[in-house]
Amino acid sequence: MPADTEVAADSAADLPEDADQLTAKLRHAAVAALPPGRLMPDRQPAYVASWIYVFGVLTLSALAVVIVTGLVLAIFGPSWWHVSTVGLFVNSLHLWSVEVFFFAMVVHLWGKFFMAAWRGRRRATWITGVVSFVVSIGAAFTGYLSQQNFDSQWIATQAKDGINSTGAGAIFNVTNFGQMLMWHIILLPLVVVLLVGLHVLLVRLRGVVPPFAPPKGSTIETETVPSHEEIPTGDRP
Amino acid sequence: MSTLPAMMHQLFGSLINLNHPGHYVHWGFIQISVANLILIGLMVVVFFAAILIPFRRHGGRG
Repeated sequence: MPADTEVAADSAADLPEDADQLTAKLRHAAVAALPPGRLMPDRQPAYVASWIYVFGVLTLSALAVVIVTGLVLAIFGPSWWHVSTVGLFVNSLHLWSVEVFFFAMVVHLWGKFFMAAWRGRRRATWITGVVSFVVSIGAAFTGYLSQQNFDSQWIATQAKDGINSTGAGAIFNVTNFGQMLMWHIILLPLVVVLLVGLHVLLVRLRGVVPPFAPPKGSTIETETVPSHEEIPTGDRP
Repeated sequence: MSTLPAMMHQLFGSLINLNHPGHYVHWGFIQISVANLILIGLMVVVFFAAILIPFRRHGGRG
């Protein structure tokens, strides 16, 4: 039986495709928009050779550490992260990776702002980045409220007046630990990861934004100017 | 004789003493903690360093 099942599965993959089927259409659209070479490139344009282009991937790396340490904290719970030595260590890793995340993200944002990274049909890339930043602030805020210590109680009682003054306190109660914990470990991380994933896909789709062209007659070395093999930004799909 | 964790605690405790209320800077209606101000200053320094410090490139890839 298992052998027959494998044969059936192989032969099914060899059948002519049904081009009208939704799955086939989605597959064609995805491969056309992001062929493997563009989805996971091993070469970048010459202008990417600058430290200012490092901070995006540094932000992603910090986010990975945030997610992994957050998963470990979720497994063992507050009594573990406040008492045991390893728990305190993982708790600290979670906090400091968030600090690195925001530090790198702010430098990344400044860099992209001053190179007007929304040029060349990259508006959606810029907007998803900005919205990710805003949602991340909410994720960090609910994280501080979920610490289960005096600090989180102090922050909650201080923040409630601000939240109530906006009218949002009726549905977003910062003194409700259960609600803040759910926002922190489910809703907001889900939104952040989805937005960041979309942001990275858009970077792959539109390419990394090139620097501004030097003024005519400039003595800047042309080696750093994007005369590269990348598709001109205006011609991208 | 103190244990290693106790020694580490003393070492780092002497470097940065956090057992006091936070220090704040007041400038008109602006109020910010010194810690946050230092962090923003560090971000500015790192930003300019990232622009000015040359990036080492591998030969034959440019």
